Amino acid sequence: MNYRIYRQLAGVVAASTAGVAQAASELPTPYPYPEPAWSPYIAGGLIGLLVLTTLVLAGKKLGASSAYSDGSGMIGRLVAPRHIASIPYFQNNKPMIGWTFMLVIGTIIGSFIAASTGGELTGTYLQDMWVARFGPDSGGLRTLVALAGGALMAYGARMAGGCTSGHGISGTLQLAVGSWIAVICFFLGGIASAMLMYRL
Amino acid sequence: MFDPLWKLAVGLLTGIVFGVLLQKGRVAKFRVIVSQFLLTDWTVVKIMGTAVVVGAIGIYALLPEGLVSLHLKPLVWFGIIVGGICFGVGMALFGYCPGTSVAATGEGRRDAMVGVLGMLGGAATYVLLYPGLSGLLKMWGDAGKVTLPQWTDTSPWIWIGGLAAALLIWAGILYSTSGSRRQHPSEGGFHKPTAA
Repeated sequence: MNYRIYRQLAGVVAASTAGVAQAASELPTPYPYPEPAWSPYIAGGLIGLLVLTTLVLAGKKLGASSAYSDGSGMIGRLVAPRHIASIPYFQNNKPMIGWTFMLVIGTIIGSFIAASTGGELTGTYLQDMWVARFGPDSGGLRTLVALAGGALMAYGARMAGGCTSGHGISGTLQLAVGSWIAVICFFLGGIASAMLMYRL
Repeated sequence: MFDPLWKLAVGLLTGIVFGVLLQKGRVAKFRVIVSQFLLTDWTVVKIMGTAVVVGAIGIYALLPEGLVSLHLKPLVWFGIIVGGICFGVGMALFGYCPGTSVAATGEGRRDAMVGVLGMLGGAATYVLLYPGLSGLLKMWGDAGKVTLPQWTDTSPWIWIGGLAAALLIWAGILYSTSGSRRQHPSEGGFHKPTAA
């Protein structure tokens, strides 16, 4: 008699496990891709530790945007080395393969590794949200907007002296007043234009 | 002026770790960045907030020991405010920031690669205009390299404690309401149930 109860129990457990597994796979995930991602608090905490470690061990700030002025200077030097050397900005900030430039190269490699392990490598040109707003035939518009947006962003970063990494994380965590003001301005500009683009 | 080779190697290694964290933290995605500005996905603020609290505790704990020094940018009012707003507008248009655009490039997002070319152009434009701009930048004055504790003559731990408390309370509220959020995902509005 006991034996039968055990058999029934095992059957119920097996059926319910299968049922739960089935239900779980049918649940809509909050993201339109399987989730190889980490909790933002874990990723953020590790980024905080990374900034701290590089400040202590290498005496270097984690930033990205100055790599683009270095990059443009190095490209320019291939074409007109004398002219590049005479530009005032480059006399104080010699374009070179330095800390930030290597960091940006490393970021591409790291992201590639992470995306590969999570099966998230993609080759998309138009992202879902963009297509939903501007349609599937908006490739030309996207090219223009990406070029103009990237240019305005890099210009603003040089003017403000940093980007989301340099001011937004490295600066704010040192409690720099300028970095906190910069971040507020990043968000004000970003929220205003995103609302205009996607909500009107 | 030139960094020694070991620092370049450390830079590359730091970048690799940074790239992994950005990708795993989901911020190499157009949708996550734009949805943050639409206030429908708070991943960017969660990551930045946690990084700031963790980093600030470490920095200000090590500072009195002389193990670390602050690397601050001066508060040049005009540059920070006007440049910061330009940055935000450009970031919403592009859908990535300078760090996440290269992370998105590593993830294979081709629009991010195009924007990187735009960024090289924007940086070059600034460099060329710099002689004329340098006077304009200081138009509203320069408050120097100043921190919130110095500015207000308070202990840094008041600020760090306040930030940590705000993050914990906010995360706690999000966590306690996450059950209903999971059933009614409102983030971004682009949800397809994944095929089983």
